[in-house]
Amino acid sequence: MKTKEQIASQEVQSDSIKISGAEAVIRCLLAEGVDLIYGYPGGAIMPVYDELYKFQDKLNHILTRHEQGATHAAQGYARTSGKVGVAIATSGPGATNLVTGIADAQIDSTPMVCITGQVGSHLLGSDAFQETDIIGISTPVTKWNYQITKASEIPEIFAKAFYIARSGRPGPVLIDITKDAQFDTFDFTYKKCKGVRSYKPVSPLDTHAVTQAAELINQAKKPFIVWGQGVILGSAEEEFKAFVEKSGIPAAWTILGLSALPTAHPLNVGMVGMHGNYGPNLLTNECDLLIAVGMRFDDRVTGNLETYAKQAKIIHFEIDPAEINKNVSVDVPVLGDCKESLQALIPLVQKKSHDQWLGRFDELMKVEVTEVIDKDLRPEKEGLTMGEVIVSINKHTKGDAVLVTDVGQHQMVACRYTEFARSRSNVTSGGLGTMGFALPAALGAKMGTPEREVVAVIGDGGYQMTIQELGTIFQTQTAVKIVVLNNEFLGMVRQWQQLFFDKRYASTEMVNPDFVAIAKGYYLDAQKVDKRENLDAAVAEMIASDKPYFLEVCVEKEDNVFPMIPTGASVSDIRLK
Amino acid sequence: MDKIFTISIYSENNVGLLNRISAIFLKRHINIESLTTSQSEIKDVFRFIITVKVSEDKVKKLIQQIEKQVEVIRAFYHTDEETIFQESALYKVKSSALFEERHIQNIIKESHANIVTVSPEYFVIEKTGFRQETDRLYQDLAPFGLLQFVRSGRISVSKAKMGISEIIKNFKTDN
Repeated sequence: MKTKEQIASQEVQSDSIKISGAEAVIRCLLAEGVDLIYGYPGGAIMPVYDELYKFQDKLNHILTRHEQGATHAAQGYARTSGKVGVAIATSGPGATNLVTGIADAQIDSTPMVCITGQVGSHLLGSDAFQETDIIGISTPVTKWNYQITKASEIPEIFAKAFYIARSGRPGPVLIDITKDAQFDTFDFTYKKCKGVRSYKPVSPLDTHAVTQAAELINQAKKPFIVWGQGVILGSAEEEFKAFVEKSGIPAAWTILGLSALPTAHPLNVGMVGMHGNYGPNLLTNECDLLIAVGMRFDDRVTGNLETYAKQAKIIHFEIDPAEINKNVSVDVPVLGDCKESLQALIPLVQKKSHDQWLGRFDELMKVEVTEVIDKDLRPEKEGLTMGEVIVSINKHTKGDAVLVTDVGQHQMVACRYTEFARSRSNVTSGGLGTMGFALPAALGAKMGTPEREVVAVIGDGGYQMTIQELGTIFQTQTAVKIVVLNNEFLGMVRQWQQLFFDKRYASTEMVNPDFVAIAKGYYLDAQKVDKRENLDAAVAEMIASDKPYFLEVCVEKEDNVFPMIPTGASVSDIRLK
Repeated sequence: MDKIFTISIYSENNVGLLNRISAIFLKRHINIESLTTSQSEIKDVFRFIITVKVSEDKVKKLIQQIEKQVEVIRAFYHTDEETIFQESALYKVKSSALFEERHIQNIIKESHANIVTVSPEYFVIEKTGFRQETDRLYQDLAPFGLLQFVRSGRISVSKAKMGISEIIKNFKTDN
């Protein structure tokens, strides 16, 4: 779906003027509606930075403290704003430092354009200073990439890059530009890309498949919906909600689908997957119809495929043909844009309620509350739990903040317990599981939606992987709220060591620095909480602040995240302890 | 069950696409048995012929991943029965063998091979056919001392229609 800006800028077409390649890069970005980019300068990209200086009133460049931070910030920005995130770096190490963020964007379908400088074209292949084959390196983790060696290629390639990044199933695109192509001058004109002959981003609406799907849905006694990020990427939240409500079918989310349907919605039954809710996982193997919408049957969702929903018929609404039958064989694939397919489906679906079936989810939720949730959210022990921190954040943000998480225990706890009222409110590294994602992503997320409260919840391990971005947050005075849940362990790995490696805690215990002192070193307001009685006031103070704020919460060292499906086990083997 | 499949890819002719396609096989730890690239029947459209030994389920998924690449127009897979295919081989042999061993002339004649060039030191034989034919000629010539041997990847055309021109024509009308 196109945003208003995208449609408005579609018509932008500059008259032919003679300019340098570097200036053309800036003009292309402006023509694509870009007003914010993240990056880090260096030798091979200096001509472009020189133009950025001249265009600084039109194009805001955020200097991150590491190129990886630039990619995650661009991802966070893309995820909350719905626009294409842009990251820029120099050749060699600048380019290779982008790779983790690119891989993350590829597996989580985040639209991003990365621009790298490259040595002069006459030096290509000579092992020149800061030369690296970033096209070769980034090929397996980009949707598309291209090396520009002539200035005249710039407009067409940039137009194509933005078109490819944002259309169909979105993803990252990398453009590598040799230094001579940045210096050379040429006659510039810009034309938006409207299609690439070898690329079909969206299949047309398959009315036959939609009719088949509707028949199965109307016949089903125990239908179950699992939705993913496709609902958000396709801007199909309204259609999805209408479908869920009319069909009366309980719906569960994957971690990237989170927030597409409000937490409080009566048909939102929770999360599927390794640390998902008890009911949705168990009942996956009891439903008679599984309706997957914009999700890809990741192994963290399905567990053992041999025993995954074998009793059920499966319908798969999906934009990417390569996802059909990739992990799970489906009975009715519905290829295409899920917004369009759901629109066509809704009139064909009978209005129903599945009270008895929904009751099964309620029963199992009661079990989970007693066995897991009460202990997490209303603990009787002395040490603080991660869950009660989230409860306090919910209270003070009135359940309407953007949550940015890193990877590990805190991520699972935060995603399980955070309350969401609207879509595009959950930013996390799902597919790649990139520790270090959250801090820079939070910076981008806040810039993508400046009017909203953005809370980053991060573990003490991942926080230290990109802690240098505190410098960027300080310099830009971006009012993100940073909560580090400190258990002095790489908690998720420690949990696995406890459960599956006889408590051999190999290299998971961390001796941590004074995090408050570090935050204060960056002139950020900061405090530390290690007692329950101080938690609520500290969270209140943090949320009330209109500046960036750092809060360290010392939590129980050896708490575990449950429920849990051990790797390779069936969804029905989910453990509560 | 694993068997030989011929994958045909129609694509744009761009630097880096070969890398992108081979990465799909690398990521899944699948060995490419042979690979040939060339111009196709359509101007500016490139063609890859790749053979792999995998299960049908796997080759289907490979096709999905290949077609997902932006610069791939279409990809197909076929069994041997569904295609016409050939390979070419070149054999470099000492010229003395040709003149001193009468038998070698019969081998060349019976195998329907062609002599491409003859020099005082060596001669080169070319044979196009199925794998077993170029293999048999290899075995027959080996006793005379092969100075060099090389075999091309499979080239293949499908018995069924590919319909690439229509795809390209439709794109032009749509845009």
